[in-house]
Amino acid sequence: MKWNPLLLAGALAAFSIGAQAQAMDPLQVRSMAASCASCHGTHGVAQAGNESLAGVNKDELLKKMLDFKTGKKPATIMHQLSKGYSDDQLAALAAYFSALKK
Amino acid sequence: MMKRRQFVQSVGAAGSLSAIGMMSGCASTGSSSSGLKVVVVGGGYGGATAAKYVRMWSDYGIDVTLIEPNSTFISCPISNLVIGGTKTMADITTPYDNLLKRHGVRLVQDMVTRIDPDKRVVMLAKGGELPYDRLIVSPGVDFMWENLPGMAKEGAKDKVLHSWKAGAQTVALRKQLEAMPDGGVYALTIPMAPYRCPPGPYERACQVASYFSKAKPKSKVLILDANDDVTSKGPLFKKAWAERYKGMVEYRGKHKLADVDAATNTLKFEFSEDVKAAVLNVIPDMRAGDIAVKTGMATANKRWCEIDFLTFESKVVKNVHVLGDSIQIAPAMPKSGHMANQHGKTCAAAVVALLTGKQPNPLPIYNNTCYSFVSDEDVVHVASVHRYDVEKMTMLPVPGAGGVSSAANELEGRYAMAWARNIWADTLA
Repeated sequence: MKWNPLLLAGALAAFSIGAQAQAMDPLQVRSMAASCASCHGTHGVAQAGNESLAGVNKDELLKKMLDFKTGKKPATIMHQLSKGYSDDQLAALAAYFSALKK
Repeated sequence: MMKRRQFVQSVGAAGSLSAIGMMSGCASTGSSSSGLKVVVVGGGYGGATAAKYVRMWSDYGIDVTLIEPNSTFISCPISNLVIGGTKTMADITTPYDNLLKRHGVRLVQDMVTRIDPDKRVVMLAKGGELPYDRLIVSPGVDFMWENLPGMAKEGAKDKVLHSWKAGAQTVALRKQLEAMPDGGVYALTIPMAPYRCPPGPYERACQVASYFSKAKPKSKVLILDANDDVTSKGPLFKKAWAERYKGMVEYRGKHKLADVDAATNTLKFEFSEDVKAAVLNVIPDMRAGDIAVKTGMATANKRWCEIDFLTFESKVVKNVHVLGDSIQIAPAMPKSGHMANQHGKTCAAAVVALLTGKQPNPLPIYNNTCYSFVSDEDVVHVASVHRYDVEKMTMLPVPGAGGVSSAANELEGRYAMAWARNIWADTLA
């Protein structure tokens, strides 16, 4: 079987994001995620008008934040805020919120 | 949801070393407190958030007392809409009781008159004192009335309002605008930065103009700004004044207020002609809240409190943390409710870590989001992300992140109200 180099690179990148996200201190991730709570609710459970993040599928949430960051997905504000975080940090945030109760 | 006893009684000597060891065991059984005590002074965006998050993040093991003179939380953000007439005081008021019911924060309606950092106690205006292991001080701003001698005259402060702390003055300014005959001038003075809420005065000018255009179309809004130019969202506000409120709003920069004669409704400036107007709205120079100044923590220009951005601990008084509008801000960090809420969590995490013998987070990262209503419905924002810089030992904006709205829009008007509901709940519920 011959590897497609682009796919391989993609798989390695995804692995490294996952591995580094796992290595991040959980309390540091908790604090980083708490800064999202001002708009998205304590523990990611939002009040009316903004999206809840708690219990959202990890891959969907990461893709959404990465698409905001690259400009692929239009936004009023998240395209500006997502640029402040590394891809590893966004992956850690996605993993954190996906594990919270809806 | 109440996880532990609502009132945590004093258990043993405050801050005893054995208490720290007790903590993990007690938190897991839920039967007792660690005996550790955190006292929070001031229940605004910074203090209330810190109180809630110290409880949550200590797994309800650390005893938290919040001291606040007001019986309810009244939000400064959105209060300009009460002045504009499209929101009511009820819309911006939230009770404190969920902090007690859901999080077991002890609420004390009082003022702190003195902090004794050696004995680690705070003295209360109504009498008595409270001990602490760590103290969190979030008193907001107080005004430098000494810069405006005329405001010391009897009745001056009742007639010339600041309305820069939401509450009775918010209602009173609205009444003055309602009573003003059509054709009158509303004059708003803005102090030199830094002051609480950089875009707030310009939003207020928009809200008053919005009201005038509906109810008093011959009236004028005159903005007299000590700064050279609009300090936040400049092009967006100027566009609103030029297009939405054409001929109604006049902006004058470099107008540093020197004094006020309330009896004749006259504003006096350092380098410009006096201005008379029907309604004067003077936002005075400001500094850290009185209690922070009194405790000797306002070391930056005798106005703002210098802190360690990893923990928010005062650089001069040990075991006392300062947050919110009272601090000497980091570069490009606004004095805002959203930022104070972020300070509250960063400080809470650090206080829990320090009290339980752990290292505080070495690399905090958080954001600011600020919406301004240029009309009843249309809104512009400014956003930024701030992260700790190890070399400079301060928070710095992340390059390439953040920005402003491309134009005022109604969708962000809805997001602005959603922001308010969410941050009120995150701070108080």
